[in-house]
Amino acid sequence: MRKRIVITGVGAISPVGLTVPESWESTLAGRSGVTRMTIVDPEEFPSQIAGEVKNFDPFDYLDPKLAKRTDRYTQFAMIASREAFADSGLKGKISPERLGVIVGSGIGGITTLEREHKVALERGVRRINPFFCPMMISNIAAGRVGIDICAKGLNFSTVTACASSGHAIAVATDMIRLGRADAILAGGSEAPLTLTGVGGFCALKALSTRNDDPETASRPFDRDRDGFVIAEGGAVVILEELEHALNRGAHVYAEVVGSGMTCDAFHITAPSEGGEGSARAMKLAMEDAGIEPEQVDYINAHGTSTVLNDINETIAIKTALGEEKARRIAVSSTKSVTGHMLGAAGAIEAIFTSFALSEGIVPPTATLVNPDEGCDLDYVPGRAREAELVYALSNSLGFGGHNVTLALKKYMGK
Amino acid sequence: MSLESRVAEIIIDKLGVKPEQITAEAQFDTDLGADSIDQYELIMGFEDAFGLRIDEDEATKLTTVGKVVEYLKEKGLD
Repeated sequence: MRKRIVITGVGAISPVGLTVPESWESTLAGRSGVTRMTIVDPEEFPSQIAGEVKNFDPFDYLDPKLAKRTDRYTQFAMIASREAFADSGLKGKISPERLGVIVGSGIGGITTLEREHKVALERGVRRINPFFCPMMISNIAAGRVGIDICAKGLNFSTVTACASSGHAIAVATDMIRLGRADAILAGGSEAPLTLTGVGGFCALKALSTRNDDPETASRPFDRDRDGFVIAEGGAVVILEELEHALNRGAHVYAEVVGSGMTCDAFHITAPSEGGEGSARAMKLAMEDAGIEPEQVDYINAHGTSTVLNDINETIAIKTALGEEKARRIAVSSTKSVTGHMLGAAGAIEAIFTSFALSEGIVPPTATLVNPDEGCDLDYVPGRAREAELVYALSNSLGFGGHNVTLALKKYMGK
Repeated sequence: MSLESRVAEIIIDKLGVKPEQITAEAQFDTDLGADSIDQYELIMGFEDAFGLRIDEDEATKLTTVGKVVEYLKEKGLD
């Protein structure tokens, strides 16, 4: 029989909290983490708002040498991983060779890249910091987590823009199913708030310019949505083979029962017509989980608040589940409060989805007031809602046409 | 500030070591825990702070705190 994979630890540092409990509480309460940008001077940007991680000082977490030699994106991955690993109670209860790490990032160390590029231009290439390459590369977060946790099993990164950490969890689940590890730290992190990071997304016209009202700027599925709100952070889950978890008496948050991964093969940034690729990912995830559309109770949508995503994802959900069923379930976007954490989005949303299942409460699309024409599902606007949930899907879609859907199940014992 | 203190300050900043660990005899690798990349960065730190260029052959000989101070003095710094 196929191995069962469960989530036994969670960690996150986000615009709405420095830990998972804080982030979950803010998300349920619909408290936005979006403010005017402070990490970079936003004056020249059309979009001047962001989901920044607040009250964060890397020196509170890492020794000074390490704090100086890690990019912000790596720090987020390490801090989320430490929280998840401590939460799991795995320390000393797994052989390091059987513990893996799959931590992705959409961009990697862009803060470091910009700083050292400036050094090269202004002072010459000989002044480039010797730590530049190992600080900037988008796999170094996974490498650092491996060192920090002493995880000596499989270790790599998934780089699929906003789907990066969705892919990390999907692939990690399969790796454990195949017996390549007993447990894996899976997730992602992002620190894109730099001149070119923000400037680049502004140039694409992808970001909300609702600068006068940051807290409601990320408004997925609303008729007045005008782009996503760029955000930062890190999120990691501990995925563990069920028997391994039970043998050590671990707490189980939820079960990862399947995933679906597809490509639009259509356009570098726009979703395919009617979210065809995303619909197939949802269908594949249900198939992998061995469930029918009728059994799905909740979908944590990618729901970015861009004009194109939200309408196409809505159509995709109807295609995947059938229109009548799609109208009977709860669909929400927690990006309404976190903003879009890019490479960390899939993992923090998987955490929120697992909490929704275990606690029987659906987090809201907090900022939704006037659903757009065609956006006609139950998006749980404004307030969280109690509901008995068994199966849920979590969607992540990335530039490049990458689609990944995770299928999660409430853990109801062996 | 003396040359010794300026050198110590750079080492403390780059390697994250404690002031009391810094003695003339302290070896960068074994006593102060610096790997090869740490040592490149340290050399660059000295170059920036003292406005000179240390070529690679010379750099490989600067294995202790004392040797760095001596080298800088030879270069006319104090």
